[in-house]
Amino acid sequence: MNNASTWQLLKTVMLRDAKVALRKRSDILNPLVFLLIVVSLFPLAVGPGPDILGRIAAGVIWVAALLSALLGSERLFRDDYLDGSLEQLLLVPAPLSALALAKVAVHWLFAGLPLVILSPVLALLLKLPFEGWGTLALSLLLGTPILSALTAIGAALTVSLGRGGALVSLLILPLFIPLLIFATAAVEAALLGMPVSGQLAWLAALMVLTVTLSPLAIAASIRVSVN
Amino acid sequence: MWRWLHPYAKGEASYRLLGKMLPWFSVLAVIGVVVGVGWGLAFAPPDYQQGDSYRIIFIHVPAALYSMGSFTGMAIVALIALVWQIRTAEWSINAIAPVGAVMTAISLFTGAVWGKPMWGTWWEWDARLTSQLILLFLYIGVIALYHAFEDKRTGAKAAAILSLVGVVNVPIIHYSVYWWNTLHQTSTITKFAKPSMPMSMATPLYIALFGFAMLTAALICWRLRNEILKQELHRPWVQQELLGDNAAQTEGQ
Repeated sequence: MNNASTWQLLKTVMLRDAKVALRKRSDILNPLVFLLIVVSLFPLAVGPGPDILGRIAAGVIWVAALLSALLGSERLFRDDYLDGSLEQLLLVPAPLSALALAKVAVHWLFAGLPLVILSPVLALLLKLPFEGWGTLALSLLLGTPILSALTAIGAALTVSLGRGGALVSLLILPLFIPLLIFATAAVEAALLGMPVSGQLAWLAALMVLTVTLSPLAIAASIRVSVN
Repeated sequence: MWRWLHPYAKGEASYRLLGKMLPWFSVLAVIGVVVGVGWGLAFAPPDYQQGDSYRIIFIHVPAALYSMGSFTGMAIVALIALVWQIRTAEWSINAIAPVGAVMTAISLFTGAVWGKPMWGTWWEWDARLTSQLILLFLYIGVIALYHAFEDKRTGAKAAAILSLVGVVNVPIIHYSVYWWNTLHQTSTITKFAKPSMPMSMATPLYIALFGFAMLTAALICWRLRNEILKQELHRPWVQQELLGDNAAQTEGQ
């Protein structure tokens, strides 16, 4: 086996995952619609005044993003586990962690990237002052890969359980806390007109750390789950 | 060293070793906790600033220390369980996690009780309180994941992976929470400046720390022994252990 064939295999896995995802559009759309609904609940709950909405906008959008990431986590491995293709993945002559990273990347493409694209709409809904828009989008761009990678760990750990939904949130939500802190701090700093490079650099560092280390955990979890 | 350690991968050998250690840990735990906490609560001098309410430190600090120590210990046995596939290490995860969770809960509760007279509030979103709360969530996650699996072996391995992921995250969470707090800090209630302790206060604290260490060790020994018995119930040595030599013999005949 040489390097070229490993890349080939990764490409095949990614293309397959993309195809499967595109054929089940509701799985992509439902978490996004969920996010929109959660975000639009907040003005109804706390009142539509721009002063309060603008202050909590970044936090609300990020919490909603965390929740919708959890909602979409089942899609990562559940179907593959049920139809046996996860077992086939173990037999592929390529490192399982690399394959896991490929799957996470495709998942991000359909779960994380739409969030980044949607972020101006969300910012508009919550009356986030315009100075924060760019930082919000950047924080989502840097943060959503972390969401995808960490939910993948939870999804891989619980895939062999009948219903892992509530359990995944229990396992993974505490791990999201640093992400939440830095992302919302970045937007807050932007609103105050302060430099945001520090917070964004932290987010980028967290992303690099998560994306490099989590494939190992995901691979180990898949091995345990498939057994 | 490996040759010396390897027998304890087997349930029976570790069970006997733990049985020998348990009375020592238990006796030292009782002595340490009673002397340390008793001395601290009743005989140590009151603090010049906080009066008598500082005395909860003799429970709070040991519990907080071993809540974190237990998590580290759990991550170490998790690594051993995953790399060397040693079953005793797998069982240890489930033995340690609830003990650590209870220590975390004790430290949170005593912290709240201490916070009321000192800071005027039961709960403050202080960095250390918050990261301790998150530690409790991580413990609960590990325990819940272990019990979610029908097959305990799979459950132990899944919990092992989660505790390793957790231990990588604990420092990140701690420092991010610290940073978040210092950024937002506008509260008028701040942590009191801690005076360096005189010996009359520090000595009972050290004794309490020792006592809680022994208590943690004894509880873990106890839980691990039970876990070994439960998991190896089908083995002849367990039946012999539980029913006594005679019963096992008559059953055999």
